[in-house]
Amino acid sequence: MENPIIELNGLSKSYGSLKAVDNLNLSVRKGEIFGLLGPNGAGKSTTILMMLGLTEPDSGKAVIAGHQADKNPIAVKKIVGYMPDSVGFYDNLTALENLIYIGKLNGIPESEIKQRAEEMLEDVGLGNDKHKKASAYSRGMKQRLGLADVLIKQPEIIILDEPTLGLDPSGVKDFLSLIRQMSRQQGLTVLLSSHHLHQVQQVCDRVGIFVGGKLLAQGDIDSLSGNLFTGEPYAINISLKKGSVLSGETKNVLLQLPSVKKIMPDEADSYNFYCEEDVTPDLVRACVQQGLDITGVQKKVYGLDEIYQKYFENNLKENVQNEKSGGFFQKSFIKRNKKQ
Amino acid sequence: MKNQAVSFKSLLSSGTRSNNPTAASPFSVMFRKEVAGIVHSWRFIVLIILIGLTFFGSMYVSLSNISKAMGNRQDPDHLFMYLKLLTTTDNTLPAFHVFISFLGPLLGISLGFDAINSEQNSGTLIRLMAQPIYRDNVLLAKFSASLFVIFSLLLSLSLLMIGGGLIITGVRMEPSEFLRIIGFVIVSTIYVGFWISLSILFSIKFKQAAASALTAIGIWMFFTIFYQLIINLVVKAFLPDPALLSQDEILSYNHLILTFLRFSPSQIYSDAVITLLMPSVRSLGPLTMEQMSGAIPAPLSLRDSLMVVWPQVTGLIAATLLCFALSYYLFMRKEIRT
Repeated sequence: MENPIIELNGLSKSYGSLKAVDNLNLSVRKGEIFGLLGPNGAGKSTTILMMLGLTEPDSGKAVIAGHQADKNPIAVKKIVGYMPDSVGFYDNLTALENLIYIGKLNGIPESEIKQRAEEMLEDVGLGNDKHKKASAYSRGMKQRLGLADVLIKQPEIIILDEPTLGLDPSGVKDFLSLIRQMSRQQGLTVLLSSHHLHQVQQVCDRVGIFVGGKLLAQGDIDSLSGNLFTGEPYAINISLKKGSVLSGETKNVLLQLPSVKKIMPDEADSYNFYCEEDVTPDLVRACVQQGLDITGVQKKVYGLDEIYQKYFENNLKENVQNEKSGGFFQKSFIKRNKKQ
Repeated sequence: MKNQAVSFKSLLSSGTRSNNPTAASPFSVMFRKEVAGIVHSWRFIVLIILIGLTFFGSMYVSLSNISKAMGNRQDPDHLFMYLKLLTTTDNTLPAFHVFISFLGPLLGISLGFDAINSEQNSGTLIRLMAQPIYRDNVLLAKFSASLFVIFSLLLSLSLLMIGGGLIITGVRMEPSEFLRIIGFVIVSTIYVGFWISLSILFSIKFKQAAASALTAIGIWMFFTIFYQLIINLVVKAFLPDPALLSQDEILSYNHLILTFLRFSPSQIYSDAVITLLMPSVRSLGPLTMEQMSGAIPAPLSLRDSLMVVWPQVTGLIAATLLCFALSYYLFMRKEIRT
């Protein structure tokens, strides 16, 4: 990949016996919005802290815009704006004062700082509440103030840890479009972590799926689903009239169609057809010729939900297998006891 | 080669930043914010009322007894009016420095006990850490801001006393007297500083502010109430009956007991302050008759008094620095996520 601005090489970190991040390799291009997706406790926050040099990695390195994060954190923090998942402000100061304080810490000259902070608050839509105490802010307002707080230092990269946590749906939408708009206007690189798939899907150029400290897959959403559902990336769900059954004979005929790979019963009277290509018209025609009464046809598009589910299924399968083998041993043990 | 160019660029930009005269350094920004935070906080207002009340109470007592103390020709210090103001008492209220040796720890603990953990719990610490500042600056700013506030408070109270005394009595002030009072303020600040750094240490160690406050108060209680009791118990249990000992042995035992008593910060503090405020005090331990022979009961010069208290002052500074270094060590390796 040409000119990555964030580059993680073999990053690992464990807390005691728990491997929080396990040999992580990741690179993010300049100007891209990258979504780090994973369930709670997958090691997303730990990864982010290591990128900022706030936590030392056990091995590997994080290079941000040419600076190694654990060796030269100050240089990294100068160009990276970070919003933690539970963003907190000094309750006894107003929003404006909070922002000015952070601006001063970033070396913005006294003469410009007030004006810049006020502009920033206007940009994130808090212009009317700038003299309110931060303690009086709602969750959504705090999140916006957090974004202003990140942007006031004019960063090249912004890292947002669970930015949509605790926001209502309209708040999430506003907030994400705000992020996208800011990123596109100023050419910012954005890395955001989340466990909400739909939200990430809305704004991210690329996503990485992160489970158990490992990056399972990365890429844009199309190529991700392509990778995952190799062989049958398209699924067509056909519902039949109540009471009608797909006989084995008809099934065989339908399987003769080019690119139809698998037929699986879904819910009552409906079937999923897994295909290599989008052959919906041919399939429907064939069904009609076979005398099936079709009541509905739906083409499935794989979203992050399905991608996510698939990964979890894989993980679950492994676990279940382990449990099964445990069960087997137990059973044989019991049998042996009975025999005796 | 590319890396070099990048680092060169950052070097240049940081150079222009520091050359900019209007941009304050992160340390001074944090320092000012911390001072403002302390001064505006309720607990500080409560403490200032407490300290103010004790100050005016003890001043009232000493002012009403000052003429008696000045007239007492047996006392070699009777001419130091302003020092007398700080130390005279008719036993209805303790003198001001005794109050400070008791209240100083409370002052220090209340300023430091939630320095780090409250920021960590409210999520501001991690946001602060994500700014381009050095970690130790946070600790240093908090410590020095508290120290600065305490120093200003004690200095203004002392100046208030000097000014008041000047108006009421009209007595001229000796330069050495003034320097002794300033010395008293500095030693008191260091004493409170020890408790500040101890409570900052606990605020790093414990996640709950209540736990760190309780631990610090526990240590304070131990040293003010139980420590002397324990020393007395141990002395009674282990040392032989003084009636059976020679004078030299008694003297060496006394020295030993004093040494142990001086592990308590409040003991060190009162030793140092008494020597500073009472110029005739020339030794803090027992003196033999040989040492006393030929000595005229006269006040010591400021330099000699300083020589006497120097070990105490060094001890206080060392204890403060030790706590601070320990908190520094803990803080640099601390996981700051909430």
